[in-house]
Amino acid sequence: MIKKLWQYMGQYRRLVIASPLLVAIDVTCELSMPLLMGKIVDTAIPKLDLNLILQIGFLMIGLALVAMFFGSMNHRVAAVASQGFGANLRQALFDKIQTFSFGNIDTFSTASLVTRLTNDVTQLQNTLLMSMRLLTRAPLMLICALIFAIVINARLSIILFIAIPLLVAGIALVVTRAQHLFREVQVRIDAVNGTIEENLIGIRVVKAFVRENHEKGKFKKSNDDLTDTAMRAGHLVVAIMPIMTFVLNATTVAAIWFGGRMVGQHTMGTGELVGFISYIMQILMSVLNISMILMMSTRAQASAERILEVLDTVPDIADATPALSAGQASADSGPVVHEGSVEFQHVDFKYTASGKGENVLSDINLSIRPGEFVAIVGGTGAGKSTLVNLIPRLYDVTAGQVLVSGVDVRDYQLATLRSGIGVVLQNNVLFSGTIRDNLRWGNPDATDQEIEEAARNAQAHDFIMAFPDGYDTDLGQGGVNVSGGQKQRLCIARALLKKPRILIMDDSTSAVDTATEAEIRASFRRNLKDTTIIIIAQRISSVQDTDKIIVLDDGRVVGIGTHDELLAGNPVYQAICASQMEGVVVNG
Amino acid sequence: MANERQIIPPRGGPRMGFQRPKNLGATTRRLLGYLGRSQYALIAVAVMLVLSTGAGLAGSYFLKPLVNNYIVPGDFAGLGRMLLVLASIYLAGVIAAYFQGRIMVSIAQRTANVMRKELFDKMQDMPLRFFDTHTHGELMSRFTNDLDNVEMGLEQSVMQLVSSVLVFVGTLVMMCILSPILFLVTAVLLAFMIALSINLSKKSTVFFRTQQKALGEVNGYIEEMVGGLKVVKVFGHEHTASTEFAGLNEEYRSSATSATFLSGVVMAVMGNLGRICYATAAIVGGYLAIHGQLDTGSLVAFLQYSYQVAQPINQATNQLSVVLSALVSAERVFEVMDAQPEVDDGTVTLVNVTYDVDDSDEGTPVEAPEDVVTKEWAWKVPQEDGTAALVPLRGDVRFDHVTFSYDGVTQVLKDVSLYAKPGQTIAFVGSTGAGKTTITNLINRFYDVQQGTITYDGIDVRTIHKKDLRRSLGMVLQDTHLFTGTVMDNIRYGRLRATDEECILAARRASADSFIRRLPQGYDTVITGDGANLSQGQRQLLAIARAYVADPPVMILDEATSSIDTRTERLIERGMDALMEGRTVFVIAHRLSTVRNAKAIIVLEHGEIIERGNHDTLLAQRGRYYQLYTGQSALE
Repeated sequence: MIKKLWQYMGQYRRLVIASPLLVAIDVTCELSMPLLMGKIVDTAIPKLDLNLILQIGFLMIGLALVAMFFGSMNHRVAAVASQGFGANLRQALFDKIQTFSFGNIDTFSTASLVTRLTNDVTQLQNTLLMSMRLLTRAPLMLICALIFAIVINARLSIILFIAIPLLVAGIALVVTRAQHLFREVQVRIDAVNGTIEENLIGIRVVKAFVRENHEKGKFKKSNDDLTDTAMRAGHLVVAIMPIMTFVLNATTVAAIWFGGRMVGQHTMGTGELVGFISYIMQILMSVLNISMILMMSTRAQASAERILEVLDTVPDIADATPALSAGQASADSGPVVHEGSVEFQHVDFKYTASGKGENVLSDINLSIRPGEFVAIVGGTGAGKSTLVNLIPRLYDVTAGQVLVSGVDVRDYQLATLRSGIGVVLQNNVLFSGTIRDNLRWGNPDATDQEIEEAARNAQAHDFIMAFPDGYDTDLGQGGVNVSGGQKQRLCIARALLKKPRILIMDDSTSAVDTATEAEIRASFRRNLKDTTIIIIAQRISSVQDTDKIIVLDDGRVVGIGTHDELLAGNPVYQAICASQMEGVVVNG
Repeated sequence: MANERQIIPPRGGPRMGFQRPKNLGATTRRLLGYLGRSQYALIAVAVMLVLSTGAGLAGSYFLKPLVNNYIVPGDFAGLGRMLLVLASIYLAGVIAAYFQGRIMVSIAQRTANVMRKELFDKMQDMPLRFFDTHTHGELMSRFTNDLDNVEMGLEQSVMQLVSSVLVFVGTLVMMCILSPILFLVTAVLLAFMIALSINLSKKSTVFFRTQQKALGEVNGYIEEMVGGLKVVKVFGHEHTASTEFAGLNEEYRSSATSATFLSGVVMAVMGNLGRICYATAAIVGGYLAIHGQLDTGSLVAFLQYSYQVAQPINQATNQLSVVLSALVSAERVFEVMDAQPEVDDGTVTLVNVTYDVDDSDEGTPVEAPEDVVTKEWAWKVPQEDGTAALVPLRGDVRFDHVTFSYDGVTQVLKDVSLYAKPGQTIAFVGSTGAGKTTITNLINRFYDVQQGTITYDGIDVRTIHKKDLRRSLGMVLQDTHLFTGTVMDNIRYGRLRATDEECILAARRASADSFIRRLPQGYDTVITGDGANLSQGQRQLLAIARAYVADPPVMILDEATSSIDTRTERLIERGMDALMEGRTVFVIAHRLSTVRNAKAIIVLEHGEIIERGNHDTLLAQRGRYYQLYTGQSALE
């Protein structure tokens, strides 16, 4: 795992390698302090040698300055490397996600992708920072302090070799028991959050059934469970510091006892003994720090796994010849969409994610001529959205083939194919920025005139002009300043700006009132004569004047024809009509 | 709403910029109020804290007598005695430290428990208007991030902060006792060091702010582009997005590097200035020792103190930021707790009644004793003379010139008058935003009317106890929400005291029984994640069964718009029709059969009733409904 992540260290690798050296200098300087102090007490003072005191004293100050310099250098190196690594990783993830197919996006879910890009990357970045600051420092400190202690008095150091294993054992005992409890705590936290979440979502139901007290009672139970477990875990963890202090103190007392005797026998100086005691603290603190970092790294490990999962994902759908991104779509890279015909030949489709092997579409055969205005109707789950998503190759067919402009969609460069097809998605989004910025998504080079024309065709021009800032109205994140119907019309205008050969609208006028919707259809008829238009709609009124209606039921085409033809002879279509009040605006 | 993004620095990361609560004093007092519930425990903690800190400080001071009186003269029996004393002080300190930590964990967890509970209860008591103006994410983060911060602050940081301050002050005192001259020298250096670090911290705060801003932009961009990833792909914008992101990412990287570096330098400078202090003390102390003004024991003890004196300063700065961020979080939690809850000042209540047989046809209602459950209900209306009149619950709902607006600006309903007699079905037809849902929201008082009145069996709904009002109304919403628990639990949600048999009967009536029996564990199948393991149609069937169990005299139905597969739709249709039988029903209609069977159809447009009547009369009128029905005209 570290090997894989090391790749993203990029230009910062040298810094990561250099860091321990800087730390080593810092640590050595720092640790020589008690040793030098011991010299002052044991040699200079008894000899009344002021010069020696000054010499050693200034050496100590000098060493402190050297340590400060190298310490700061290491902080610089750590900052540059960790933030650089974080940035590299974030970019790599972002770029990777851009190559994801719809199928990949569905498997990961948006929220989880966002968490991986934000929290998980930050987690790793902080771990690297802490490691460069402390992880190399703690073992170095441990080793150096041990050496210095042995240099001062090897016999006395035996105490340390008893103390260290004791401390490690104590910490290990607590940590292993705590980890189990922490896992339990996490389960309880999830339960509490789950209850809160479902109450937020279902607050109307709670209030309608007057179940506030019932819910309060349920929450109290899961809340108390959480507190109970968290308390048990907390009580264990608070033992770590006292254990540490206990071992430290016991070691100090032992050192004074044995060391004091040595001082009495003149085999050791008082200063040396005090220096030795300082090293005890350093050594045991280092042991504690190492174990803390190891505990922290388990969290980082989880983050790393989640990040690598994304980076290791192979996009379901990719160009046959790789390395072509949207900006560079050009005519010389394979076929282009030169006319708007669409053909489905024996198409089967299943979402591999569901894995159940149930066909969402079965044996679809369709032929749509250039410039035709086609509607697709059917119940939820009939496969309407899936069917149109196959045209711009948002998913790949399981069997059979989809031809656009006479060419199998898999033979196009993705960018070329999609630049020829305008899609207005069902769950559409606008981005922060002005209306103009958003419409330009369809065509970055569009002139103001072209933008206005597209907006007019989508019946959006009038309401845009009603805003004080017109096309420069700032939409805010997610297009929060427009109503649902307005948003849908902006999305249509955005797709129109692509000047696509084929325009697909997946239930994208559901929040637009019927009169406006009719006007949109009329302006399409007038102004988009050469464009193949495929719409998915719920309302019969939206589809009855189209050239051709395709009726889907349970993943199969059960009827193709005009409104009148289908109404006369197609039972599924008749059922749909019967369940609706024709013409009445039925939407929620 | 989502524009204001809160960035909480990750735990363990560099936290140099201090967040400040808006009202430090009041928030602190209030938080202390929660702690005050365990005041004896707190006193114990304080005692333990002083004990453990004192024990730590005493250790170094012991070096002086140990060196001067025992080690130098070589009195090992005395050394042993003295060490025993030291060991017991240490032991007492360790034990005190453990119990201090343990009790503090309990206090913190209990406080978090109480706050979480109060917050949740408060949330349940909030009016719907509150949920319109606060996103779920926002409220969730009060429970997760904010309460976590408070808990962490209480569990560790507060005590560590206090203990750091104690250690620092104690160390200074000890140093002063050991050697006033050395103390003065050290104090000057310390003052310089503290001034320098404050200065550096201030500088890094600026960088930290830039970093936070850049981080906000990066995270915002990620959220937006990943959220809209499908659109990005459809428009082939992958390359542009990557390039734009690279710019933001680089900006963040560079500002974060500066901020991180500076915070690191502060650490390095502070640590090493401590060592310079130590070295200076060694020089001056050595000089004093040579001139006989300081004994060796005092010198080594002093040096031991000066070696550690910088530590508590570092620790205190770190903990202070945690404590402050805990206070900021507490303040946010309190804000929600202080929000105005749903007012329920109704005096009319719903009671079980029995009927005395007398001369009249229906009999006179008599309130049943509290423990008796009858099928009959009546409104208990308090009279001015102190008695209460019983009005039988029948389900007669009238709107009288009702005007309503959600935001006080746009009128959603204008002068709406309508009535539903017991047992009648009233169907609402109209486009989105015409006010259909609003009418139903007013009946059960999710919102209150601004003008006009709504009466229920002749009683103004505003005088009815809200909970009783809602108990008399059943609701099936378009978006069905289920709760974690078994299928049986979810049906029983309609009436908590319903037996299994009653629930199954309700499911059968709602045509839900057959699909439930086909579930892996039948009625015991556990529903998770708002019913994610069920289809939309199945969830709706469960919602119908749930309403069935409640068996209220008045039902509010919102028919699903999206057509579900034909088989399930037919089941739902049957279930709904059964549910409507014999009740007063308000239905937001999308199905032709519903409208046909309705006693009255109300055509709404822009918050006004433009036509009313039944299917046949409305068709005969050849008005708007006719046009709509025959598809000759569209609304608006």
